Amino acid sequence: MTTPVRKEPSMETQKALLAGYFSRLARAKEDKRPVVYTFVPGNLAELLGAFDVAPVYPEVNALQSAMRQRSSDFIREAERAGHSEDVCSYVKCDLGMMMKGNVGPTGEVIPPPDLLLLSFTGCFTFMKWFELLRDQYDCEVAMLHIPYQGDGEITDEMRRYVVDQLQREVIPKLEKVAGHRLDLDRLRERLARSRKAEDDLAWVFRAAQHRPSPIDAYFGGVYYIGPIFTSFRGTDEACAYYAELRADVEARLAAGEGPTTPSGTLSDQKFRLVVEGPPNWTSFRDFWKIFHDEGAVAVASTYTQVGGTYERGFRHDPANPLESLADYCLSCYTNLSLPARSKVLADMVKEYDADGFVVHSVKSCNSFSAGQLHMLREVEKLTGLPGGFIESDLVDARYYGHSNIKNRIESYLQMLAARRGASRPTEVRA
Amino acid sequence: MTTSAAPALALSDDLDELVAEIEARFDDLTLSRVRAWKDAAPGRLAVGCLPVLAPREVLWAAGALPVFIRGAGDRIDTIRGDAFYQSYICHLPRSTLELGLLGHLDVLDGMIFPNTCDVIRNLSGVWQTTFPQHFVRFVDPPQTGERATAAAFLRADLDLLYRDLCARTGRAPEPAALAEASEAYAEAARAMAALAAARLAEPWNLPADEVYQLRRAGDAMPPRDFAALVTAYVTAARGRGRRAEDRIRVCLVGAFCEQPPVALLRAAERAGCYVVDDDLTLSHESSPTAPRRDGEPMASIVHAALTTPRACAVRYDEHGAAGATLVERVRACRADGVLLAAPSFCDPALLDQPRLTGALDAAGIPHTSFKYSESSGQFQSIREQAGTFADSVKLWGTA
Ligand code: SF4
Ligand code: SF4
Repeated sequence: MTTPVRKEPSMETQKALLAGYFSRLARAKEDKRPVVYTFVPGNLAELLGAFDVAPVYPEVNALQSAMRQRSSDFIREAERAGHSEDVCSYVKCDLGMMMKGNVGPTGEVIPPPDLLLLSFTGCFTFMKWFELLRDQYDCEVAMLHIPYQGDGEITDEMRRYVVDQLQREVIPKLEKVAGHRLDLDRLRERLARSRKAEDDLAWVFRAAQHRPSPIDAYFGGVYYIGPIFTSFRGTDEACAYYAELRADVEARLAAGEGPTTPSGTLSDQKFRLVVEGPPNWTSFRDFWKIFHDEGAVAVASTYTQVGGTYERGFRHDPANPLESLADYCLSCYTNLSLPARSKVLADMVKEYDADGFVVHSVKSCNSFSAGQLHMLREVEKLTGLPGGFIESDLVDARYYGHSNIKNRIESYLQMLAARRGASRPTEVRA
Repeated sequence: MTTSAAPALALSDDLDELVAEIEARFDDLTLSRVRAWKDAAPGRLAVGCLPVLAPREVLWAAGALPVFIRGAGDRIDTIRGDAFYQSYICHLPRSTLELGLLGHLDVLDGMIFPNTCDVIRNLSGVWQTTFPQHFVRFVDPPQTGERATAAAFLRADLDLLYRDLCARTGRAPEPAALAEASEAYAEAARAMAALAAARLAEPWNLPADEVYQLRRAGDAMPPRDFAALVTAYVTAARGRGRRAEDRIRVCLVGAFCEQPPVALLRAAERAGCYVVDDDLTLSHESSPTAPRRDGEPMASIVHAALTTPRACAVRYDEHGAAGATLVERVRACRADGVLLAAPSFCDPALLDQPRLTGALDAAGIPHTSFKYSESSGQFQSIREQAGTFADSVKLWGTA
């Protein structure tokens, strides 16, 4: 059963944070802050913060544009300029936005970069995206190559290689655009603040082990990760936001309440699911509603690990600043090998006592999608549970088929219900 | 040493026989010749390498034959492989898996997955769990040009690979073997350079399908044998005595990973083109030349891997010069135009196309683009497109 929508204080705080980010960004040139374009997975927020530069995350612009129903125009614009229908829609959405004047999701113009910082983590397409961006701007470029954990581990050589690149490539370029040297103490302070916020966020995600779960770790989770995956990591604002979020969740837990969703509070939870893959942004609410209407709550998700595996235990370490940044970049979810990703999913299913798991495969993203059908079978083997499989796209509305997804989710949940004998509500275990 | 300096291959100088040998090797999907090579001496290994960049000298020095695996083209039905991939993923990983599941790759002892793109990257994980008997190694060559950091990282990776393979073949991981392997591949590279020059000079005597199948034959050959086969073919093909036809000269760009069916190359030539240059089978030209004579062959291999690979969509375009490099290449080949080919759903190749077409437009070089799948048997539209392109270039000098 659902109850009417109620907004928690942390939701308002997050909205204000985001709005403040875009308006500060629009003023960056006036404020004489260098602008750095970079990517979300493996981003160096603390380092950028230590230089007081203004970061731009093209993926955030793309998903915000999609949630505001503007991505289709941008994608069409990029396709008119010769980009194939086949390629990643995030790239096209960003390029299309640029072609139309680089007006950001909040209506303010996004300033051009002083530095393009390619952190090549967890996705090869980032590299191609950056080559396209670089053709448009005459600015400094820094490349940070993060080796893939193909053989399932972070080696000392990988860590050393990333630290070397930070010291010899990334930091000197940042010093050049910022006009001052790196203050390592300032970086350490930021990393300490990151750690504090990461502790709170991890606690929030872990709260989903309770019944009913006080959070939705996929649809709600994408809001929770917003600040920490982007420019707010390492700031006092992020610490305050995550403390507030934790307090909200603690209150729901104490009250035995489920998460707040656009369709109301979901306390009557019939299915606990783990979700793999990014969400669809163009029909985000409708997509969420399919799950909500069936009483399905996501108790864990992998998408909320792409910008840091905090729920799995990663923490930034102020005592070893550069090594810690290296480990962060190397350990983001999409930089893990497929067997490691399958294990993360299976572990989550067990740790969160899930009834099943759903793979949402998006057409755009080879990084996530190539191999997901194999993962599905592997996780089925590891958990003994059947998995559900649905497909759409991130920001290209042409690939979101609501009825099809709804039918598949409903059938999957019926199958889960049949397996356990009856569609009974799960009991409260505080 | 189980790998000898001299080629072991007995070759005819008759062109028909050579072409038959090349076709038979190209069609050897079950790798029977690789099995014969392994059986000929104890301790030999064979290791598959996915496109594009492969540490072939390191493998060969360790006593392992590098076998380039570039999908199965249209030569098998992909049934089980399709169950691994959604419709919006390119075809190469499906047919590669199909080959494995059919047992065609059983002769291989391992597989090397270079960081070519996210599909091949993730295929490495699928392989680890599907074929646990294989030695699987992921190789992540730095995407920056040589800097001390990049070189040190790649060096450590290749040293480890060398030691691990030597432990399997029972050899000592010695620099001398690396130097000899580098020399063997340098010989193959010289033969390939002669092949490329002959094709540029007289493409009517060296048709695209033959040249392509020859290079694919080399995917599973010891380097000096391959050099000998290439040299024999070039000599025989040049003596063919065909006359030049009224066709345009084109470069084919973008087919560096998933390969188009041979019939597509034939279709393009029959439609009025001579394919004088292409980026198919790039691994044959992507790494080193002769070793440095300083007792440090691994340093030379690393240096070459970081600095000499041909520009390709899966290498970071560090200097923003991909377009200019293509224009130079077209001019060096005296090509009239460019066929931009890309496998469907291939992010690297497709995302490069607008950058490349922009540079070609600015240089006034005609071009046309199409997508393909290795499994496609339908080329009518591509043939028509290539034909119209050839006609308009001939008529107007533009497409
Ligand atoms: S392929 Fe995936 S991870 Fe990479 S840019 Fe596109 S959406 Fe992002
Ligand atoms: S064809 Fe393209 S997308 Fe497919 S494996 Fe090769 S490089 Fe990757």
